[in-house]
Amino acid sequence: MTALRTGRVSSRFGSSRLARKATPYGFVAPTAILLIALMVVPIVLVISYSVSTGSITSKDAPFTGITNYVTLLTNPDFWNAAFNTLVFTVSSVVAHLLIGLGFSLMLNSRLLGSVPRAIFRVIYILPWLFTAAIIAVLWRLLLDPQGVVNYLLQAVHLAGSPIAWFGDPGAALFAVTVMNIWAGYPFFMISLLAGLQGVPADLYEAARVDGASGFQQFLSVTLPQLRPIIISMAMLDVLWTTQQFALIWLTTGGGPISVTEMLSTFTYKLAFTGFDFSMAATSAVIVLIFSLIVAIFYVRSQRSES
Amino acid sequence: MATVTPHRRPRKIGLRIALAIGLLAGGVFAGFPVFWMLISSFKTNTEIFAYPPKLITEGFSFDAYLAVLGDPEEIRFFINSYVVALSVTALTVVFAILAAYAFSRYEFRGKKVLNVIIIGTQAVPPIALIIPFFGLMVSLGLYNTYAGLILTYIVFTLPYAIIMMTAYFNTLPKELDEAVKVDGAGAWTALWRILVPISVPGIVSVAVYTFMISWNEYLFALTLTRTNDLRTVPVGIQLLIGQNTYHWNQMMAISILGSIPVLILFLVFQRYFIGGLTSGSVKS
Repeated sequence: MTALRTGRVSSRFGSSRLARKATPYGFVAPTAILLIALMVVPIVLVISYSVSTGSITSKDAPFTGITNYVTLLTNPDFWNAAFNTLVFTVSSVVAHLLIGLGFSLMLNSRLLGSVPRAIFRVIYILPWLFTAAIIAVLWRLLLDPQGVVNYLLQAVHLAGSPIAWFGDPGAALFAVTVMNIWAGYPFFMISLLAGLQGVPADLYEAARVDGASGFQQFLSVTLPQLRPIIISMAMLDVLWTTQQFALIWLTTGGGPISVTEMLSTFTYKLAFTGFDFSMAATSAVIVLIFSLIVAIFYVRSQRSES
Repeated sequence: MATVTPHRRPRKIGLRIALAIGLLAGGVFAGFPVFWMLISSFKTNTEIFAYPPKLITEGFSFDAYLAVLGDPEEIRFFINSYVVALSVTALTVVFAILAAYAFSRYEFRGKKVLNVIIIGTQAVPPIALIIPFFGLMVSLGLYNTYAGLILTYIVFTLPYAIIMMTAYFNTLPKELDEAVKVDGAGAWTALWRILVPISVPGIVSVAVYTFMISWNEYLFALTLTRTNDLRTVPVGIQLLIGQNTYHWNQMMAISILGSIPVLILFLVFQRYFIGGLTSGSVKS
């Protein structure tokens, strides 16, 4: 509402100098107000929660400095969650990259006709079109002890007895990682496919003249050309994967016995099952700092490319 | 490696076979889970865990869909999702157009700071915001309301929407709107009469992106609503797990129904969407 009004006012004053100066502010006002109220303020709040005790739940939360940080960083449960997040993220990102690269190379092959290309492209994008809540429910059905995956594994004698993938402490972290790999590779694939189509054909021509085989062309032309996309995708994926919440929450909930506890579920539980909002905020700020560091590297890599 | 080149023909056939195997293996990996969701939604609940599992259902039925569509509580999840996602989309598009116009056409004090906030926002993890958001929404009286969810989602969709929209406006020559302004019309007219009508592809990308994000969101929908009459589809599906003691066919049916809007949007606007998304992510 205010947006429309400020816009109108500035246009009514037409070309007067003051109005001209004010015009851009009218246009960005709704965005600026919203982002300050619901982005800058919350970040200040979460930081202030993290340096006090009893935030939200009690009227006056006394300032306690870095006490929460000391408590949290000496808590083995926090480090368990951090370690799980690391394993989950590194395996997911590497697998996303390899699958995304493999699929995009196949889709980009000159041996593939345009109709099969279009069909496989849609099939390969499919996982991306389902939301995490739905993917979680679907994989619970697939990986159920009586489900189809266990049946197939037994049929080919890879498993002797049915495995409770999300319930077995030895299998759960692997299971949620596989699910996340399935859910997340298409964005890599789409970006790499766009990148592959942008590689100038004469680079391949030159390499062929030099006698490079297909594989050598891949190493000397394709990979270097894709490098900027791979780096930026990998960093975005690290950001997204470390923040993954719904997939874990709706399959294992962080269990069994914390083997799939991630920083996201750990933080959420501190806040909304333990109601220790101050400690949760501390954990959240640590996640935030990590994300900002990755983001800074991301922006730097973008800048050096352009 | 390099010595293979002389035998061109047989190598090509070998490559073709390898490619076909690779494509099919990839297709099974990507497509089988989705196929299984679809087929399970047409099964009866007893058939779901039949041993051995049935690839093609024998008792093909729409019962699961009818059960979902006949339950007012589940219908409510869909209504809520539509109300929230459509409101967020409309507001995001308008705000993004306004802000992108300023970013594309004006130099102003604070532009850099705002730009840093917009880019930085995308790196802020939702889990870091959920705690203060919960406190804020409760104290503003917006906890468990549509307005609270809608405002929340706009904060997440708007920054990238502005980046996409600014990139689009930047491709349009400045002379277009300058010409209108010379005629005595203001910036407001130039934006809505001239730029917006020719920016439909960019606006569609923003709208589709925004709708998908809001339709799919889970964490904030879970935390900022309490009563079932305000739950959206992603949270509603989870409630079914608890309530119905695993009516898997119904859960698969509501999953399919819950995915249809996004699937349709994607298939129709595929080209706009992927183009807009990758250009935005590469340029930003």
